[in-house]
Amino acid sequence: MSADPFLADPFVEPRAINGRAPDVFKPGAWLEMSQYDDNDEVDFVVVGTGAGGGPLIARLAEQGFSVVGFDAGAYFRPLEDFASDEIEQQKLYWLDERIIDGANPIRMGGKNSGKAVGGSTVHFAMVSLRFRPEWFKSRSQLGYGADWPLDWREMWDYYRRAEKALSISGPVNYPWGPHRPRYPYRAHELNGAAEILARGAEAMGYKWTATPLATVSAPHGDSPPCVYRGFCRFGCSTNAKQSQLVTFIPRGIAAGAEIRDLAMVGRIDTGPDGRATGVHYHRQGRWRFQKARNIIVAGYAIETPRLLLASANDRYPDGLANSSGLVGKNLMTQANQAVFGVMDQEVRWNKGPPSLSITEHWNYNDNKDFHGGYCWMAQGPLPVEWASIVTGSRKRWGAPLREEMMRYNHQVGLKMVGEMLPDERNRVTLTDEVDQYGLRIPRITYSWGENDKALIQHALGEMHRSMELVGAKDIFRQEDDTNHLAGTAKMGSDARDSVVNADCRSWDIPNLWICDGSIFPTTGGVNPSLTITAISLRTADRIKALANRGEL
Amino acid sequence: MTDRFPGYDVLAKRRTPSWNEPTRQVVNRRLAVPREPRFLTSDLFVVLDAVCQRIVPQPKDRPPVPLAALVDTKLFTNLQDGFRYAEMPDQGEAWRRGLAALDEAANTHYQLGFAKLGGEQQDDVLRRMESGELAGGALGDMPAKLFFEHRVVLDIVTFYYANPTAWSEMGYGGPASPRGYVRIGLDRRDPWEAAEAYEGDDAKARRENGFVG
Repeated sequence: MSADPFLADPFVEPRAINGRAPDVFKPGAWLEMSQYDDNDEVDFVVVGTGAGGGPLIARLAEQGFSVVGFDAGAYFRPLEDFASDEIEQQKLYWLDERIIDGANPIRMGGKNSGKAVGGSTVHFAMVSLRFRPEWFKSRSQLGYGADWPLDWREMWDYYRRAEKALSISGPVNYPWGPHRPRYPYRAHELNGAAEILARGAEAMGYKWTATPLATVSAPHGDSPPCVYRGFCRFGCSTNAKQSQLVTFIPRGIAAGAEIRDLAMVGRIDTGPDGRATGVHYHRQGRWRFQKARNIIVAGYAIETPRLLLASANDRYPDGLANSSGLVGKNLMTQANQAVFGVMDQEVRWNKGPPSLSITEHWNYNDNKDFHGGYCWMAQGPLPVEWASIVTGSRKRWGAPLREEMMRYNHQVGLKMVGEMLPDERNRVTLTDEVDQYGLRIPRITYSWGENDKALIQHALGEMHRSMELVGAKDIFRQEDDTNHLAGTAKMGSDARDSVVNADCRSWDIPNLWICDGSIFPTTGGVNPSLTITAISLRTADRIKALANRGEL
Repeated sequence: MTDRFPGYDVLAKRRTPSWNEPTRQVVNRRLAVPREPRFLTSDLFVVLDAVCQRIVPQPKDRPPVPLAALVDTKLFTNLQDGFRYAEMPDQGEAWRRGLAALDEAANTHYQLGFAKLGGEQQDDVLRRMESGELAGGALGDMPAKLFFEHRVVLDIVTFYYANPTAWSEMGYGGPASPRGYVRIGLDRRDPWEAAEAYEGDDAKARRENGFVG
């Protein structure tokens, strides 16, 4: 993308190659890295290096397995490559074309798809929340969705480990749910937008708290504390953010894992015994084949089913791991509607991480006439995103747009993360168009259900009331936004109605695993990354236990 | 339109710890974008330029943003969005058809090309597209409303608000690495942020904005 030799373009040639990988903490420095031959049958190939793949790469390597992690994206050096710029930093996103349709098409790109070593955690907003315990059994305990084959008490322990590994900054006491230990790092101070959320919540009689965030509030290793520059969703240029790129990936390399950047996996092969044998991947202008004893797919809710479906062969004509017919189905996004208004005070909401305070009131209160929960958080969109909201929700253009944009420093807002319910009609399929690798482009079909609409209207009403109570003026609603993804390779306890078991192992092919947000049977009312990380850590432990018993 | 941040220029911070080297290079490249079209024909580029002036009428007292050139560059370099509505063609084709359709509608209603119309007439044609009234002809099967919302407004507005001129006029701090911010609570301002003019007290704000850096 960049033509400047100074920036040593990360898109032209791979950086993790010839036995070394970038040291993200030191300009121009390198880490020694293992390098495997395509013909080495490695213990594990991991496809994807985000919240699902990253912890597995590190933990499996630390347990002594040979591991190669593939990512289609670039290996960035944040200190040298990251600008404070909303357009330039789109280089972190998966911008390859996907066709969207349905009654409520999901706009893909920055908010839900990363393409980089470290995956979406390089651009995520760092919000690190635990599920409500009942969500792991929402069918039997709350009457909707599906049960997970996981026990919340075990997950509570893996959440703790994930929070420790990512040095999460958060409050001493979290106001909702069963006890959890205090967060490893102190909570960040509140910015103006977060203060407004707190005032509104208190006026409504709801609890609120500083949001647990994966950016450090004090030094950790080579990471300096957050400087509140506010470009979190466009990549952290100081390495305060605890993305996979600066945490588990360097850990994995130190433990002997190899990372291959700019390496797009297009197909998984299976042998005469039906087991997976390796992956075809595109790197440096040609297709190659890496042999492997086990393959873990961690490409998130679009690329994971895309790869499984594209790997269809004579033995598995409907795609790999798809005897249930559920690969690609039950795609879920999360409702991300917002209410905005104008304060007399100067808020300057661009300063600091965008979501410094939160209320999970409606995740833990079941006195409502729809299923699922939601939280809302403070907001701080930068100018390009804010302009897209003002044009999209208020249909402003011309002089009225510029007038409205000049109130930027006084704007304030609340944005929800809301649970949408699984529905088999919401799905990922393959079109006949092909992309730059010659691979079939996915089609993403999405329509909101009646329950989704009821939840959204409830949340909009509540956020609107909160904005009124703090004295915001010229209040308006952003009605159409969605964010995170989940589903498409559901985890379950029965091979007939799920794709993987509780260990993220596919029912159909014992050496094919799936570990990312696509295994979620339900999506809950919080950001998914910490749950993906916790499941990834658990899966690494389960693989070790199975290996010890000779059951791999 | 009154200037709420008189004398504030985000570029005054270009050599301060609020701008790192990658940011300086990115903004330099954007400001130096070639002004001649590289993707659209010169005829369509003239229409695009006229559309840009209506979607974002620019301030007279700040450096103009070359919006048409930036949109053309997006198409030329094929910087994609990450998705495409099933009923839409790819972005280059969409812009070609859409601009031709605006010209077509201008001729139908005013017997002149779009670029030759007065501002109110141009807005009238744009509103016909926004409301979905335009159909067929150069548009083909592309829905006018979706093209207007998703391409015309978003592409143009995005590039305006990715420029120092826009950042300065809205009092936005702009690039912020590695220095970031220290005073982040309500009604707090770091000395390297814009001061707003209240109650017509332009002089005080202008003075403070002279020290931003």
